[in-house]
Amino acid sequence: MIPAKFDYVRPSSVEEAVSALQSAGEDAKILAGGQSLLPVLRLRMAAPSTIIDLGGIPELKRIGEDDQYVMVGAMATHHEVMRNDLVTRHVELIAQATETVADPQVRHRGTLGGALAHADPAGDLGAAALALDAEFVILGSGGTRLVTAQDFFQDYFTTAIGEGEILTMIRFPKYTGWKSHYEKFNRVAQAWSMVAVAVALKVDGGTISEARVGLTNMGSTPIRATGVEQALVGNAAGPDVAKAAAEHALEGTSAPSDADAAADYREHLAKVLTGRAVLAAAG
Amino acid sequence: MTTTAEPTTTGEIGKARVRKEDQRLITGRSRYTDSITPPGTVHIAVVRSTIARATITSIDKSEAEKAPGVFGVYTAADLGAEEVGLPCAWPITPDQKAPQRPVLAVGRVNFSGEGVAVVVARSAAAARDAAELVEVDYEPLDPVLDMEAAAQDGAELVHPDLGTNVSATWVFDSGQAGTGGDVAEAIKAAEADSDSVVVRRRFRQQRLIPAFMEPRSCVVDPTGEQLTIWAATQVPHILRTMTTVTLGVPESKLRVIAPDVGGGFGGKIGVLPEEMLCVLLAQKLGKPVKWTETRSECMLTAHHARDQIQDLVMTAKKDGTITGFDVHLYADMGAYLGLVGPGVPILGAFMFNAIYKIPALKFTCSNVFTNKTLTDAYRGAGRPEATFAVERMLDELAVELGRDPMELREQNWISHEEFPFTTVVGLTYDTGNYEQATQRAMELFDYAGLRREQEERRRNNDPVQLGIGISTFTEMCGLAPSRVLGSLDYGAGGWEAANVRMLATGKVEVTTGASAHGQGHETAFSQIVADKLGVPFEDVEILHGDTQVAPKGLDTYGSRSLVVGGIAIVNAADKVIEKAKKIAAHLLEASEDDLEFGGGQFTVKGTDKGKAIQEIAFAAFMAHDYPEGMEPSLDSDAVFDPENFSYPHGTHLCAMEVDTETGRVALRKYVCVDDIGNVINPLIVEGQVHGGLAQGIAQALFEEANYDDQGTLVNATFVDYTVPSAADLPSFTTETVSTPSTTNPLGVKGVGEAGTIASTPAILNGVLDAVRHLGVDDIEMPTTSQRVWRALQVAKGHSVQETPSDTHSPGAGLGSIDPNNPKGEVQ
Repeated sequence: MIPAKFDYVRPSSVEEAVSALQSAGEDAKILAGGQSLLPVLRLRMAAPSTIIDLGGIPELKRIGEDDQYVMVGAMATHHEVMRNDLVTRHVELIAQATETVADPQVRHRGTLGGALAHADPAGDLGAAALALDAEFVILGSGGTRLVTAQDFFQDYFTTAIGEGEILTMIRFPKYTGWKSHYEKFNRVAQAWSMVAVAVALKVDGGTISEARVGLTNMGSTPIRATGVEQALVGNAAGPDVAKAAAEHALEGTSAPSDADAAADYREHLAKVLTGRAVLAAAG
Repeated sequence: MTTTAEPTTTGEIGKARVRKEDQRLITGRSRYTDSITPPGTVHIAVVRSTIARATITSIDKSEAEKAPGVFGVYTAADLGAEEVGLPCAWPITPDQKAPQRPVLAVGRVNFSGEGVAVVVARSAAAARDAAELVEVDYEPLDPVLDMEAAAQDGAELVHPDLGTNVSATWVFDSGQAGTGGDVAEAIKAAEADSDSVVVRRRFRQQRLIPAFMEPRSCVVDPTGEQLTIWAATQVPHILRTMTTVTLGVPESKLRVIAPDVGGGFGGKIGVLPEEMLCVLLAQKLGKPVKWTETRSECMLTAHHARDQIQDLVMTAKKDGTITGFDVHLYADMGAYLGLVGPGVPILGAFMFNAIYKIPALKFTCSNVFTNKTLTDAYRGAGRPEATFAVERMLDELAVELGRDPMELREQNWISHEEFPFTTVVGLTYDTGNYEQATQRAMELFDYAGLRREQEERRRNNDPVQLGIGISTFTEMCGLAPSRVLGSLDYGAGGWEAANVRMLATGKVEVTTGASAHGQGHETAFSQIVADKLGVPFEDVEILHGDTQVAPKGLDTYGSRSLVVGGIAIVNAADKVIEKAKKIAAHLLEASEDDLEFGGGQFTVKGTDKGKAIQEIAFAAFMAHDYPEGMEPSLDSDAVFDPENFSYPHGTHLCAMEVDTETGRVALRKYVCVDDIGNVINPLIVEGQVHGGLAQGIAQALFEEANYDDQGTLVNATFVDYTVPSAADLPSFTTETVSTPSTTNPLGVKGVGEAGTIASTPAILNGVLDAVRHLGVDDIEMPTTSQRVWRALQVAKGHSVQETPSDTHSPGAGLGSIDPNNPKGEVQ
């Protein structure tokens, strides 16, 4: 790989990272796992003046919990996330979506925070994070602020992270005992999602009491399928209910067209996969 | 693995040895071309056209020349290379139109990615940085992209000076050749006969990218007495000769080395503009020059493959007997002719009749220029296209006649009692047993059971339907008998050379002109030599890939290494034994006729007197006591020119589930039983078959090089060009059966391309078998889930959007990043 020339900084604390980012100006890029940044550098589609590598900040890799939340450091790798007991116990949907990301090599390098901050609507983690009402801890020179998932994803590759700010942590409310599934459809196993559906259900005595549904690659951001959620709640988790709920999957979407899937096919897939994801989650 | 025939020798041959080269290759001790950097090396980067067809109005090098570390920026004119043309070694017709293929564009560019200028710098990074500073102004012209339209009169011309886009039209007509009947008459007769059917189909072979693992690279060192070229090539010997032909450097002043080469699949048989640029620059600057391409350059400019339109007419009696086959092809050459590109379709010409007794066959192929990357050989080269056509047509005929597709095949194939069999195109198949391979494959597959399941799913209107795909392929490989190549106007022979020498200490060195790039030659050849000479496997060293070490050869392609190169080694080893026998007889004071040789020992018959071949080697080295009238040496050369091709065959069966709700095709079971004659190393054979299957299946389901309407390759990265991985493929069931070839002393047939050639039609036949009852009768390759779903919608009478194939694909590529419009924050 021969990228254009850049300066390289490897801070050892988040404070250093923020100050490095601010002094580097608007052309700086942050290197997390590099799984999207490096290809872009290699193709010279980006030529940042400075790269700030967050790989030297141990605290950004921590995964912990309190009473209400599982807290995942932005630099925890996909592999670490999907194998973490707290994650699999309390936010299994995140582990399930993470397992579908690319291939083992990528999952050992790529990070949860990097993927979410990259905000590619074809990425798998946005829909799951959105469905689970994740909260994003963002650090800037003025200190830390907390942003909801609904506010975090703004457009293609655009998030609430401002200039001079760094995403340090993602925290997930605990969904202990919920059932979930991530239904992904792609062209080859390591490819990005053409469409995918993230579903988490709280099932009490055979009836769905709460539902969270997120869609991958059905618009310029991950999409929360609230219509599907509403259609599920209060019903028994069966094929007819799943199918009827899936009819709401396209509300609020604007499916892109590309070589793998024109919009009509994507829309069709979104409905089929939503039904399947609900059934698989209800298991 | 099952081998029903006795191997011709015992011991090493037939043993499933792990490959001896792998220790070096998988522990990072390999040395590829890019690992080689002689002192003082300068690096080049090529400035490439971003436009498919344009006139170059100006090239401004000034900024690049001032960039740090840059030694110079050159155009073809600056190098005095405007007249240089890269070679095409296969003029398929006397009037073939061949444009000059320049080392760098002269005045105009003809495909996106064509080199326009070259930057020489202290480092590869400096060269690449400066390449971005070269300003090229273009006057864009409408690109010629559709091969069929391009072949018509009045079409816009890629090369106006040639007066046409049709490079050549090549015809084989069995009626004219006297090897079979007249196809036009067969069609006329069938049309007039109510007891016959005429099946007309058009198939498209999409454009593929060979996608070898190691990108191409070249280092040229001019500082010695000879000019040394290291290259990531399959063909070091051909590269040497062609460098002479292209640039006039005397062949004796050239040494070509192909060090470890990371795959090729035919993609590295070319002579590259960049290789010639390195030679020209090394001569000009007097310094070693290195070029290593990026993956994107590789996808964009290394030759592509397939890309044919096939118009086919098959006639048959209603009882199933095939009476004629008319084949008309358009083959997209791209912007220029590759080294053997024009001949690739011709390599398929003789395989459209495959294993069937077709009485009349006509083959017509028009090679057409377009403003795309040139096409040339890729695993199978011509034969996958032919096999696809005939195996798909057999299924179409079966549908037309309401017959079981396997039964229809059996009715028409050459039965095992009929070998040797001379086909309608005049080739003589020496051996084969289609019944045997098929019977075994059907057993392993549980054909009857799967047909029952299929029935059930159809009856229940199951959303997941089952398809069963068949391909009973054969191919011609082991390229090739030199006289046959001569009759096809190919610009070289097809022999291979070997040298076997016994060292003073009894070890054996073997040189071969077959230069491996991942196949396992070192292991398989060592097994052969160990058996022939009766020496330990570990004592044999195979040397190759350096014209100073193995000066004579025609290299590796067309499944030829074992069946041609391996036989040359056998013949050289036989000569070693012959010489050793004379010395042994002399030392044992016996008559040569009284000696027998086995297990490395010469023994006087009926006695315990004997000498090991290593002792004879030592005696020859010392030369103190050897027979009058002979040289004190066992070393022997051989050049083997086969008298015939090798005709492996096999029966491939695939079961797949087709999800009618999503269009997803999921392979469930793949069984193949291949007859490749005797097997030297079953583990290597299995590896070849697995890899071959993956590539053939990839054509059927996954891969396609897509150009947009401006002639830009839109999927030039591995995220967009979807090569499948193991995760996308089922666990293959592979076996072999054997009817040993009678045209070579090992009884072997080629296996390198078999899996690729056989598998593509098996998949397509299976996909269509799953959905045909729903009203779908064809789906273009690759049969992606979207295409399957759309075909089902159309069959149901629903209107659907067109499948776009030429847009950049958010979600499939760099996620949603559009390379033409890169925006957004990347973390």
